[in-house]
Amino acid sequence: MKQMKSVTLQNITKTYDKGKVLAVDDVSLTIDKGELFGLIGPDGAGKTSIFRILTTVLLADKGTATVDGFDTVKDYQAIRNRIGYMPGKFSLYQDLTVKENLSFFATLFGTSIEKNYDLIKDIYEQIKPFNNRRAGKLSGGMKQKLALCCALIHKPEVLFLDEPTTGVDVVSRREFWEMLKKLKQQGITILVSTPYMDEAVLCERIALIQNGRIMSVDTPQHIIAAYPVKLFAMRANNIYKLLSDLRKNEQVESSYPFGEYLHVTLKNGNEKDTGELRSWAEKQGHTHIEVKDIEPTIEDSFIRLMNEKKEMALPHS
Amino acid sequence: MRVLRYILQKEFLQIFRDKSILAMMFVMPTIQLIIIPLAMNFDVKDINIAIVDNDHSSLSQKLVTKVGASGYFRYINAGTSYQKALPYIENGAADMIMEIPAGFERNLVREGIQKIAISVDGINGTKAALGAGYLNSVIADFNKNLQLNIIAITKQPAAQPVIDITFSNWYNPLSEYKYYIVPGVLVLLLTLIGGFISALNIVKEKEAGTIEQINVTPVKKWEFIAGKMVPFWVIGMIVFTLGLIVTWAVYGIFPEGSFGVLYLFAAVYLVALLGFGLLISTYSANQLQAMFIAFFFMMIFMLMSGLFTSVESMPAWAGAIAHLTPITHFIKVVRMIVLKGSDLGDIKTEFFYMILFAVVLNGWAIWNYKKTT
Repeated sequence: MKQMKSVTLQNITKTYDKGKVLAVDDVSLTIDKGELFGLIGPDGAGKTSIFRILTTVLLADKGTATVDGFDTVKDYQAIRNRIGYMPGKFSLYQDLTVKENLSFFATLFGTSIEKNYDLIKDIYEQIKPFNNRRAGKLSGGMKQKLALCCALIHKPEVLFLDEPTTGVDVVSRREFWEMLKKLKQQGITILVSTPYMDEAVLCERIALIQNGRIMSVDTPQHIIAAYPVKLFAMRANNIYKLLSDLRKNEQVESSYPFGEYLHVTLKNGNEKDTGELRSWAEKQGHTHIEVKDIEPTIEDSFIRLMNEKKEMALPHS
Repeated sequence: MRVLRYILQKEFLQIFRDKSILAMMFVMPTIQLIIIPLAMNFDVKDINIAIVDNDHSSLSQKLVTKVGASGYFRYINAGTSYQKALPYIENGAADMIMEIPAGFERNLVREGIQKIAISVDGINGTKAALGAGYLNSVIADFNKNLQLNIIAITKQPAAQPVIDITFSNWYNPLSEYKYYIVPGVLVLLLTLIGGFISALNIVKEKEAGTIEQINVTPVKKWEFIAGKMVPFWVIGMIVFTLGLIVTWAVYGIFPEGSFGVLYLFAAVYLVALLGFGLLISTYSANQLQAMFIAFFFMMIFMLMSGLFTSVESMPAWAGAIAHLTPITHFIKVVRMIVLKGSDLGDIKTEFFYMILFAVVLNGWAIWNYKKTT
């Protein structure tokens, strides 16, 4: 059984400033071996705190956590030998070259670049031409590749990537996720956090996290499928007026801007269709109206879950 | 041990990569050691003195000439009355006024006693005290000759018994300031370099976030800290050697005692000092904080270490603080070994203190360096 679970968290709570700031609120979570797991949430949701607890550099106030079967408090040395951690902020030696950084971290774990070369080969080949360039002089995408190489060089069992794609261009981001999929095939458990909802579908399972609480844990497909009502996308020539009209309409459950459209859900929404919305909008004097049925995204699920939590918190009749 | 070797490799690599810091660590103390002791001359010369002579007698002229002949004073022409001379002190042109009253010669010969007024600008304390001292001894000397003159005139029997003092300064026969100050400045510069670079280094890793990356590796606390200490210890010893060379080449001061004892003590001192720097860095979140804390202590070290003022003459509490700073003991020991030729037996108390400092400061630093928050 123990072999199957790679990372577990049980009722983990962490506060800062002597209990004033609640960063992680009673989080329990299990991640299987070899899973590509995403921690999805906005900035300040508590993702980094969870990562730092799991990588043994932060002590939780309450609860227990294990990584690869080892307790994060008691067996921290064992964990440090088995994990790779890539912090959100680039934190390699900027005054050392690419090669020097990589060999330094390899030797710290008692290994060498050559020994685990096959693991980092695909990624390292891309930055190899810059072997003698100082890490501080690399571009953002290259820095990220180097950091990933350094986190992988000792063949970790679990890889922790804290917002690896923040501040990286779209192409590099896509490449990065390709790399992660390849690493997963090597049997490495990967825990990745991101504020970008569009990256969520690239994970096998995700946890949606907000204000230190986990709102939902499932596969992205299940989370999307669990969206309980029909979702409409709407637009008209005056999109701002449309939004304020929608918010006045009592039939409308929720409406929010999403790209160039407004996403709308209705009360008893499953019985309504696009035609009703269109005729209502025409009555309100809108022109160039476009209404369509759409599949919800992770972001729609996130917003819905977030609002539900808020309503639950409000003591209304 | 294997891990420590790799950490050391990395540290040296980083130190040698930053050429400008490397040059600063060696060139700055060398230049300062050459400049500072030359400028820090405790001999006071060229005291500006305004003499108001209301007597204009041959005896008053003699006194004025004698003051000028002492070599310490420079006459300022400041008018013919005390009131006219006072503004010169006020605007800083004169450091002291000596007023010779009217009837100076007559009263001296007739009554055997006369008073002279000396007014000193007390703003520059050292200059005032030393200037007044010089002037007193000039006048005392004048007095002695005067007695002989008057005695010769009045043919009274010589009665006054006089104790004549002959003294010699041991270990510094000519009482030259440089023997006293140069070893102290050498220690001070070593302390500045060692204290600052070690204090800023771990903090730099904190700021860059690299410490986070190190913290998730199996590197142990002591390995990381030792990796920081050893390179700076080596640099410190090189700076110390450079300083000794400058002391010998520029000031002609060659240690009387053994180099072995001197280096043994320096080695332990550097361990204590670097421990102190590391301790500061474990308490600071960024380089600016570390800089301010280091500066705070460095000022105390500088002014309370017995370099300028004697620790023995400080108030009891200040003396206690002075004894709690490692530099106080090192300055004392360097002076003892370099000037007096003391051996290990003579400095064993200080040596014991220094080992204690090294153990406590480093133990504290390692204890406070948290790998987990």
